[in-house]
Amino acid sequence: MQFMLLFSRQGKLRLQKWYVPLSDKEKKKITRELVQTVLARKPKMCSFLEWRDLKIVYKRYASLYFCCAIEDQDNELITLEIIHRYVELLDKYFGSVCELDIIFNFEKAYFILDEFLLGGEVQETSKKNVLKAIEQADLLQEKTENMFHSKSIIGYKKAY
Amino acid sequence: MPAVSKGDGMRGLAVFISDIRNCKSKEAEIKRINKELANIRSKFKGDKALDGYSKKKYVCKLLFIFLLGHDIDFGHMEAVNLLSSNRYTEKQIGYLFISVLVNSNSELIRLINNAIKNDLASRNPTFMGLALHCIANVGSREMAEAFAGEIPKILVAGDTMDSVKQSAALCLLRLYRTSPDLVPMGDWTSRVVHLLNDQHLGVVTAATSLITTLAQKNPEEFKTSVSLAVSRLSRIVTSASTDLQDYTYYFVPAPWLSVKLLRLLQCYPPPDPAVRGRLTECLETILNKAQEPPKSKKVQHSNAKNAVLFEAISLIIHHDSEPNLLVRACNQLGQFLQHRETNLRYLALESMCTLASSEFSHEAVKTHIETVINALKTERDVSVRQRAVDLLYAMCDRSNAQQIVAEMLSYLETADYSIREEIVLKVAILAEKYAVDYTWYVDTILNLIRIAGDYVSEEVWYRVIQIVINRDDVQGYAAKTVFEALQAPACHENLVKVGGYILGEFGNLIAGDPRSSPLIQFNLLHSKFHLCSVPTRALLLSTYIKFVNLFPEVKATIQDVLRSDSQLKNADVELQQRAVEYLRLSTVASTDILATVLEEMPPFPERESSILAKLKKKKGPSTVTDLEESKRERSLDVNGGPEPVPASTSAASTPSPSADLLGLGAVPPAPTGPPPSSGGGLLVDVFSDSASAVAPLAPGSEDNFARFVCKNNGVLFENQLLQIGLKSEFRQNLGRMFIFYGNKTSTQFLNFTPTLICADDLQANLNLQTKPVDPTVDGGAQVQQVVNIECVSDFTEAPVLNIQFRYGGTFQNVSVKLPITLNKFFQPTEMASQDFFQRWKQLSNPQQEVQNIFKAKHPMDTEITKAKIIGFGSALLEEVDPNPANFVGAGIIHTKTTQIGCLLRLEPNLQAQMYRLTLRTSKDTVSQRLCELLSEQF
Repeated sequence: MQFMLLFSRQGKLRLQKWYVPLSDKEKKKITRELVQTVLARKPKMCSFLEWRDLKIVYKRYASLYFCCAIEDQDNELITLEIIHRYVELLDKYFGSVCELDIIFNFEKAYFILDEFLLGGEVQETSKKNVLKAIEQADLLQEKTENMFHSKSIIGYKKAY
Repeated sequence: MPAVSKGDGMRGLAVFISDIRNCKSKEAEIKRINKELANIRSKFKGDKALDGYSKKKYVCKLLFIFLLGHDIDFGHMEAVNLLSSNRYTEKQIGYLFISVLVNSNSELIRLINNAIKNDLASRNPTFMGLALHCIANVGSREMAEAFAGEIPKILVAGDTMDSVKQSAALCLLRLYRTSPDLVPMGDWTSRVVHLLNDQHLGVVTAATSLITTLAQKNPEEFKTSVSLAVSRLSRIVTSASTDLQDYTYYFVPAPWLSVKLLRLLQCYPPPDPAVRGRLTECLETILNKAQEPPKSKKVQHSNAKNAVLFEAISLIIHHDSEPNLLVRACNQLGQFLQHRETNLRYLALESMCTLASSEFSHEAVKTHIETVINALKTERDVSVRQRAVDLLYAMCDRSNAQQIVAEMLSYLETADYSIREEIVLKVAILAEKYAVDYTWYVDTILNLIRIAGDYVSEEVWYRVIQIVINRDDVQGYAAKTVFEALQAPACHENLVKVGGYILGEFGNLIAGDPRSSPLIQFNLLHSKFHLCSVPTRALLLSTYIKFVNLFPEVKATIQDVLRSDSQLKNADVELQQRAVEYLRLSTVASTDILATVLEEMPPFPERESSILAKLKKKKGPSTVTDLEESKRERSLDVNGGPEPVPASTSAASTPSPSADLLGLGAVPPAPTGPPPSSGGGLLVDVFSDSASAVAPLAPGSEDNFARFVCKNNGVLFENQLLQIGLKSEFRQNLGRMFIFYGNKTSTQFLNFTPTLICADDLQANLNLQTKPVDPTVDGGAQVQQVVNIECVSDFTEAPVLNIQFRYGGTFQNVSVKLPITLNKFFQPTEMASQDFFQRWKQLSNPQQEVQNIFKAKHPMDTEITKAKIIGFGSALLEEVDPNPANFVGAGIIHTKTTQIGCLLRLEPNLQAQMYRLTLRTSKDTVSQRLCELLSEQF
């Protein structure tokens, strides 16, 4: 995988992860172009598209679009499930994750992604193992109370 | 505020993020950010030493600001300090900052590497993990130099924790990708291969990625991985769905690992018989499972299962040695072609394309032709239709070429603009390659020009001429067909080119028929002459002189034409020269000399079709290899393309298939691409330097711009050299603009490059598509550029058209604002008085209304005002306003994302020579912009 972008329906970038070296300018250009392309697509369209010499795999969860760029020989369907597994991880960690969780705890979203994907490849596919790693950091911390009730992006609450 | 704030809530950070989210405007956001930056800067510079928590909080704020898209030029040192903290969360934030905002400051890199080194040596697995993540995220050469030796040791050491091994494997992979020279193979490689046998599936997953990448470059070193991968795969595919616990994903055992193992196997040829049997069993199991009823209705289940299936099919195609598996794969994909999931149809079309190139499965693929043609007609997603076109191209052979070409041609009539050129190339290639009957070929190409003339590149029409010249059995037919095609009142210019060339060569073959006598042929061609561009007219002049030789009876008529002022005194040097020389030639030369000079063109030497070369360039070579080519590699070619024509003996002096019929080489053919920007000698370099800057807007550009707000056609810009004319049309949120560049001088413009520039904000809202124009504009000539416009959402700025070219020795650079304004996407709406006021009241929110009172700049004429309001795009509503002197309008702005209803009212005050203009729309930015635009008009 070359990069992963998370952006909202309004085109706001919520998370960006680049696995190939690119200049900031190039990153901004790519982001602008892709956000525009993906947002312009209709709901029933195919989740894959050719873009430059890469393949784009994207999926929408509630208000958020998850968008990955993979190389020609990479597997599109398994990439869709990489996205889904990441959403599940976020969901499990935050408990019915919503866009606000990712905005306010962006650093956690990055940490979870790093445990799951490294260098653009899947590092650990077991949900338990990923969350075990991420929760180690939180062990000593107190929990603060739930202040917002927003719609979950997966659409079901703590189903697992 | 977070929904759940696990771990260490950083309250200050959450408040800051809330503040940013509450900012009403970009300006307010920037203001808030600058305030925060000043605060952080003073904290970092302050005398008081910051505790770890504060440092972490501020570094995290900086990171947030950076991720919003702002530049950050400090804080790196504080982040580096966090790396050496003993608190995990502080260290973690430090590493995150470094990973995202790495800076090539060498002093800093040294400090970072030092911290990483300490963490790697700490033997604390969580710290080691963070350090490895950081190396993998940054992946710079400096890091490779520092750690490429160390990481393999961590990876294969017996006492390394599993999670650290996983990170180490992928970290090494990243370093190998960026700096392969710094990762030498060694003893560790054989031990890495054995990780495929590891107990921990997470370790196996990470190791498989690493091995796959390394094996591509060093196949020998890793060839033992094949049998290990096969046995691992075998254990996975035969396991029950519960065996692998958390590695089972929606009832599919270890899908990620399976896909990776199948990828690894694609680095190698089919394995030895013993291993091969086991692998074939695995692949059969995977194919069998596809036929079983699904274990879950969830799309995740079917995606994971099919991901493995598609990867298995890729491996089967890669091996291309088991006919049975290939045919089964093809049947499976055939089922997917009609699946209700768009994703699966897309992938099946894509995968079948490669299957079509295997001799074992080519016939099986062909049986799906009707389904694929149907996909072309019914799929709603252009990317899927594109795949269908690719597959039809791949499955085409002699037996189905006529059908496929016919289908592609009929699709071309409605195809998306983005893929037209590619379809044209594909049709041209297939028609040539599988033509048994060349009359069919000629018909097909003429159809192409008729349907999609703008997308027919030079290569395509050159090629049809080459083929007609080389095959005498088709020349008469070609002459007759182009003659008939030219009868159409409006022909594409490419048809005039082909027609002119072919009649000039072979018009005599149809001259016996009184309906196509020489004079009729000539009159027909000449009736198109004045509508054509300079190069085409030059070509036609050559046709005329060829006619003088072929048909002595029209010599006098042609001489009259050549002698006319519009030819002999033409402002274009090339046309003038041709007219003068041809006239002279026809006057002084004897019949024999004429016959020799104007002899029929010799056959072109056979070589790779330039169209094929063009498609390869467009799509990359791998996508164009086809069955014929791969068969040729395997065995003798039994039914190749068209029979080769005896090659000319002087291959070096190949006549260029340029527009110059005589081959006299009076002018070199215009280069089709932009000239190389460097390496063309000192002079060119001097120019190319200056060419990079964009000129400021030309004086008067604003005034001209305003004149186009209420009209669509006219002259946008004019100076002593260049005139730019516009003609545009708009419908709903789409538009098309024709830009005409006229060279007012008698000298060629070189390197002529118009560029459309959209400011950053505009780019997201307005979509412009165009193709480059010919870089040479002859003196007196006019070239045309078409811009396709799509309004995505409302916008304020206008795109800038920058034109750069060389005139004589000087570099010219002109910029003008292109009058694409929001009101162009207006559709007028008629409504009764009552409706108007009802809506007017609905839009009473203060932001929705914009008002402007201004002095009249032009005489206050009622009729002109009405015309302007209508030209502006809105409907002019009569008898709505109680005061008949006022003007009232209504319309809808169409953008791709939304439609915005707009109401306007203009109240003239003749005594004061003032107007009051009020706009109400559902969107504040739209009200604002329309008011600005319209106020300038009165």
